[in-house]
Amino acid sequence: MAETPSTFKLEPPEGLVASTTVFRGEVTLHTAREQLLALLTHLRDVQQFNQLIDVTCTDYFPQEPRFGMVYQLNSLPRNIRVRVNVMLSEHDARIESACAAFLSANWLEREIYDLMGIHFDNHPDLRRILMPLDYQGHPLRKEVPVTVEENAFSFNRERIDRDKPYARE
Amino acid sequence: MVAEPTKIKEDIPEIHDSPQNIVRAEDVQLDITFDQLKKLVSERALTGETMLLNMGPHHPSTHGVLRLLLELDGETVINCIPDIGYLHTGIEKTHEGKTYLKGLPLTDRTDYLAPMSNNLAYCGAVEKLCDIDVPIRAQYLRVILAELTRLNSHLVWLGTHALDIGAMSMFLYCFRERELILDVYESVSGARMMSSYFRPGGLWRDVPDTFIAQVRNILQVFPGRIKEYEILLKKNPIWRDRTVGIGKIGAEDAIAYGCTGPTLRGSGVNYDVRKAAPYSSYDHFDFEVPLGTAGDVYDRYRCRLDEMPQSLRIIRQALDRLPPGPVISDDRKFNPPPKHEIAYSMESLIHHFKLWTEGFKAPEGEVYFAVESGKGEYGVYLSGNGTPKPRRVHFRSPSLNNLQAMPLMSKGCMLADLVAIIGSIDIVLGDVDR
Repeated sequence: MAETPSTFKLEPPEGLVASTTVFRGEVTLHTAREQLLALLTHLRDVQQFNQLIDVTCTDYFPQEPRFGMVYQLNSLPRNIRVRVNVMLSEHDARIESACAAFLSANWLEREIYDLMGIHFDNHPDLRRILMPLDYQGHPLRKEVPVTVEENAFSFNRERIDRDKPYARE
Repeated sequence: MVAEPTKIKEDIPEIHDSPQNIVRAEDVQLDITFDQLKKLVSERALTGETMLLNMGPHHPSTHGVLRLLLELDGETVINCIPDIGYLHTGIEKTHEGKTYLKGLPLTDRTDYLAPMSNNLAYCGAVEKLCDIDVPIRAQYLRVILAELTRLNSHLVWLGTHALDIGAMSMFLYCFRERELILDVYESVSGARMMSSYFRPGGLWRDVPDTFIAQVRNILQVFPGRIKEYEILLKKNPIWRDRTVGIGKIGAEDAIAYGCTGPTLRGSGVNYDVRKAAPYSSYDHFDFEVPLGTAGDVYDRYRCRLDEMPQSLRIIRQALDRLPPGPVISDDRKFNPPPKHEIAYSMESLIHHFKLWTEGFKAPEGEVYFAVESGKGEYGVYLSGNGTPKPRRVHFRSPSLNNLQAMPLMSKGCMLADLVAIIGSIDIVLGDVDR
């Protein structure tokens, strides 16, 4: 437990990490999407980061590249954490799935595919996970507005019901 | 493809004219093909040799609205395909439109059985992002309340889990004890379940005078009650028949699937965020982390039950050493001044006004803050963009990751044991779907 977030050494092979930032004691490795799987495998096998705790994605709209993939890795033997960031362009929002390195990425990536519309190549089971199968679009993107459902009273219940997106005959 | 709107009367406001609102069955285009679904089940299902059974979402032992598609050979489960999303409320999206403070009550509603743990994770993330210090009294009170929340979460789990397997009376006992904890919630925050008591920087207010006596009462009552649960279940042959050797998962698999909390520790992996990365002064207290060995339903049950006396131990230490002092940070850029100051201090009035209208600004940057909730590692990923509203909030929910390992646990088990397995991973669907 002698290692602390500010002192631990990773020293990944040349070319895998573009830059490293430390913010509030958390280490973030920035990499390109072509290197992602190689970096994750390296971190898992050599650096003992054996658990992929979380995968998520941030929409940096209107910046470009727009989507920031975030991988949170945890090393149980070394008791340290590291984060891997990959930026993706809006026009080519696809990335290699991390399932080959970590099984826990499966549902987490499905969630990102569903809500953020990032496509994961070689994912074993890329389906929507939270939204209904017939849902159009990806709700966590910034261009999707937060809407509210109108309260139904006796004077407007009929109209609201008629306009509701049911599947009709 | 979205259909053209059918003829709409003119008196309807424009907002309802949007074409998305009218969808006909034949126009619904699914971005999924039959082949994608076919590979989820075995070849035998396609010939009709095995049976496909739909379990849930309205099934009492799925602990909410979990739907399972099961492939059965007789009563043996060949494949279990969980289908989630029935309780998806878009909490992460809603967060993006709210200030950091106004987003707080939403966190209660993710894992609704452990509101204080969620508050702690969210407040911890905001404090980390904005670099706010929390007074030591607030940290101790947070520990007491977070541990009470763990007890609360475990009691509901034990009651419903035992009810699923057929021990009806456990449910009544557990809910009787849970009332004591909910009374504490009510006395500190005014609400029994959706407490929203923590604030970035401390607590909403100091605890009332009755708090100490109430918690002491819990400390006095609980050890005997926990013993009762053990007497009822620990050596009960029916209970053991239903749980020992069921739903096994090895340590390697549990780590690979991202399991945390008792689901991971039941497999013998010693990992607890409270020990690994102590937050909120957890390093000031002595406690042990109970471990299982076999990784089956029984060991997960043992882990959770053994955690309950440890929680009481932490609460007792925190209560004995509870320091006096303020309960919220005095950094006026993030926390409002006391009301009486507003009467004579211009600065305070400005701070009050700014905080309740605009909210505080968080710096550009991203942080991840994890706590050990009753179910496992509850993490909050927060991305700030220099404005009073977050760019992105993501909840790393223990239930989702633990549930992901369920198909592995349930492979080859009997249909009746599936109910025991769902109970043993302790899912809350509000936490799974968010």
